[in-house]
Amino acid sequence: MQILRYAIYRFATMLLTLWVVSILIFIIINLPPGDYLSNQIAELQASGQSAGVAKAEFLRQEYALDRPLWQQYLIWVGFFPGPHGFSGLIQGNFGWSFEFDAPVAEIVGDSLWMTVMVNLAAVLFVYLVALPLGVLAAARARSWVDYTSAFVGYLGLATPNFLLALILFYYGHKHLDLPIGGLMDPIYENAPMSWDKVKSILVHLIVPTFVIGTSGASAMMQRLRANMLDELGKPYVETAIAKGMPPRRMLMKYPLRVAFNPFVADIGNLLPSMVSGSVLVSVVLGLQTIGPDLLQALKSQDMFLSAFVLMFVALLTLIGTMISDVLLVLLDPRIRYEGRKS
Amino acid sequence: MTSLLSVNNLSIAFSGNAPVVEDVSFTVEEGETLALVGESGSGKTLTCRAALGILPRTAKITSGEIMLRMDDGPVDLLTLDKRAVRDIRGNQVSMIFQEPMRSLSPLHRIGNQVVEVLHLHGGPFGAKAKQIVLDVFEQVGFPDPERTYRSYPFELSGGMRQRAMIAMAMVARPKLMIADEPTTALDVTTQAQVLGLMKDLQQQTGMAMILVTHDLGVVANMAEKVVVMHKGKVMEAGNAPPILNAPVHAYTKALINAAPRIPDNPEPVLPTSGHDMILEMKSVAKTYALRSGRGWSGALKVHACRGVDLALPRGKTLAIVGESGSGKTTAARIALGAELPDPGGEVLFRSSPDSEALPVHAMDQQTRLQFQREAQMVFQDPYSSLSPRMRIQDALTEPLEIHKIGSRAEQREKAADLLRLVGLGPDMLLRFPHAFSGGQRQRLSIARALMLDPKLLVCDEPTSALDVSVQEQILQLLEEIRNQKKLSYLFISHDLAVVARIADEVAVMRRGLVVEQAPPDTLFYNPQHPYTKALIAAQPEPEIDRPIDLKLVAQGAGMPDRWPDAFRFDGNDAPPLVHVEPGHKVRCHV
Repeated sequence: MQILRYAIYRFATMLLTLWVVSILIFIIINLPPGDYLSNQIAELQASGQSAGVAKAEFLRQEYALDRPLWQQYLIWVGFFPGPHGFSGLIQGNFGWSFEFDAPVAEIVGDSLWMTVMVNLAAVLFVYLVALPLGVLAAARARSWVDYTSAFVGYLGLATPNFLLALILFYYGHKHLDLPIGGLMDPIYENAPMSWDKVKSILVHLIVPTFVIGTSGASAMMQRLRANMLDELGKPYVETAIAKGMPPRRMLMKYPLRVAFNPFVADIGNLLPSMVSGSVLVSVVLGLQTIGPDLLQALKSQDMFLSAFVLMFVALLTLIGTMISDVLLVLLDPRIRYEGRKS
Repeated sequence: MTSLLSVNNLSIAFSGNAPVVEDVSFTVEEGETLALVGESGSGKTLTCRAALGILPRTAKITSGEIMLRMDDGPVDLLTLDKRAVRDIRGNQVSMIFQEPMRSLSPLHRIGNQVVEVLHLHGGPFGAKAKQIVLDVFEQVGFPDPERTYRSYPFELSGGMRQRAMIAMAMVARPKLMIADEPTTALDVTTQAQVLGLMKDLQQQTGMAMILVTHDLGVVANMAEKVVVMHKGKVMEAGNAPPILNAPVHAYTKALINAAPRIPDNPEPVLPTSGHDMILEMKSVAKTYALRSGRGWSGALKVHACRGVDLALPRGKTLAIVGESGSGKTTAARIALGAELPDPGGEVLFRSSPDSEALPVHAMDQQTRLQFQREAQMVFQDPYSSLSPRMRIQDALTEPLEIHKIGSRAEQREKAADLLRLVGLGPDMLLRFPHAFSGGQRQRLSIARALMLDPKLLVCDEPTSALDVSVQEQILQLLEEIRNQKKLSYLFISHDLAVVARIADEVAVMRRGLVVEQAPPDTLFYNPQHPYTKALIAAQPEPEIDRPIDLKLVAQGAGMPDRWPDAFRFDGNDAPPLVHVEPGHKVRCHV
């Protein structure tokens, strides 16, 4: 019951944070002088194409770019009626991409889900790899297991992701017949969901997951190892040994449980760093994620598109931190019962 | 019949170095208590840990055997395979540790951690196991065993956690319990109660006990046999009464002499009346708001100090004595201006007899700087109060640099002088703190505090992290310096016996209130308040025929609503502090 109350409270603060973030994003997007349309108008006027100018002027009015900034913001979010009534993020209208000349929703549509999928796969990979290796490295600290995993880990940290991607593609294709680039076979691109399509996607996911996840996994592994080593030196571990616990069982029940907290708390940080870290990788690997869109939108000052992508990344971050906060409360009685009288 | 446990010629060394435990032998019989006594580095802890095979990785047992009598004959714990040792741990031989705050896993319920011992050693399981644990909880004095079973360690106080540890150590009915400084981290009244409990339990169960301790007072109260260790070797061993009453070995004698004790037949003295107060605290109170719960629920208030009126005459020592949470440190911090008192309280500082009194908490920048020069502090933990990256010379001259006093050469000269004063040599100026022992470091801290020629020194438990023999030396040094430099001390301590020798006036604090105040001899000769009586009674004395009076301790250390009528109160409604005789104030109803 208490947990539910906390989850609701946490959700409310998340919405509040999201609102503040939206203001920040809007300000940042509008920091560079001019906007996509005024740039275009200037360009068109210079080359004397008056027809285009008229269309651009029309778009300016259509998207309320001629109004003061605070009104633009309110219209964008949907707190304030625009030229076509209330139609903002809240109402599900993500705006118009001038660069691609299409609604933002249409452009990001699929890649939104692809982004979530790729990154979830990567997060899963990070945890599945880091957990056993980190525990093992700590339990066998200063042995060849520890050194080898540290060595491989540092290699993973130090290798630039895109380089790793190219290498893996080359050898993966040569020896394992893994596909190169993309998130699915082109034949499935507009096809309805089917078993074959899922299979194709999964096979295509292998290399990107590995590439995006490696550095995160090795960093996480080292952190878990350090936490575990700290915990292993604590008196309660001695108490457990003095009770007659077998080492493996003791390791799992006591120090791992305590060292798990930072591990869980990292979920929130992991998501955004992966999304932003995977931009370059997505470009190199030709993944249809949101990364390349963001890059393109920022380069050409395509305001609504970039604002939406940034909002999306912020949302992922906030959801990540919310999940880790709620999990922490579930995991750690010290947080759960804070203030309970004894 | 062989002994329950016999340690024969045990030697332990850290990978290739000289042995830290050398040729140690002793035996423990069924149902008896053996005390392993020594100062830090004596090897007493390593010796008893070797029995359970929980030594640090780099420690190697180079010779000897530890024989434990099992039902089918004695076995050598050192040569047993790992599985067999695990079966013995917790089941035949159990152990409790020094720090109850950290010896239980913070994330598992107490019941779970205790019942696990039964599960590990082949049952019983389920409701039957739980019932056994609940019974043991009741035996160790938990008022509500069911609730304790469900509690997490952070919900219990230090004393209660140590009771939980004891419950864990005896739930499987072991033949031997090893207690490694089980009460060192506890307050003195809690220590008395836990020791009493351990003794009771031992009588009920007939379990043998090895008690590792540095405190001869604890030994006198608990042990039948004593093994005195020093630098890895046994100095003296035998039955407790002769060793404590007539020690033969010089080291044992020194150890017993160094143990601080409350004077036996103190003479009541009249207070030295003086009007030249260097420091005055007037109705000082401090309330902290605890953040409670999440979201917007109201804050919980804690009264760290309430109505503290204290005055320190120039050249004298005023001691504030209390257990953890008594507010003694808060009072000291307020006196130094490190913390603001609640409105209405004030602290006055008089730099010299004829100067005017300055309010410590309403000074301008200039006077504050001057005040900071004249009031310095000596901290509790000499290991963390010196920066490990600064040479002694730099640590000592830093205050002078901050206050821009003297040339570099003069500063160094002064640092060398003060090192000599505290009994160290100027040749040590270029060393780093790690090259010094605990006692030497505390000397360094004192030297640093003296660099600015202060007039007032606040000593916050300056000896509680030190061994007894070193504690004695530091107290002597502090006394000498006080008399030589005409300093005034505000001395914070939890230990009445320490205070007994150095203080001119003692204020006993409990939960933010001063309950009794008098010169030490008056206080010990004629203690009035039940809490003071409890503190005095709880002090373990290294004398066999003066056991701790647990009844006195239990009454005085309990809640104020169970004190005798004259002192009783409920909640925050405490009686005033009244003079019962000249210079002797007690908080009671008149």
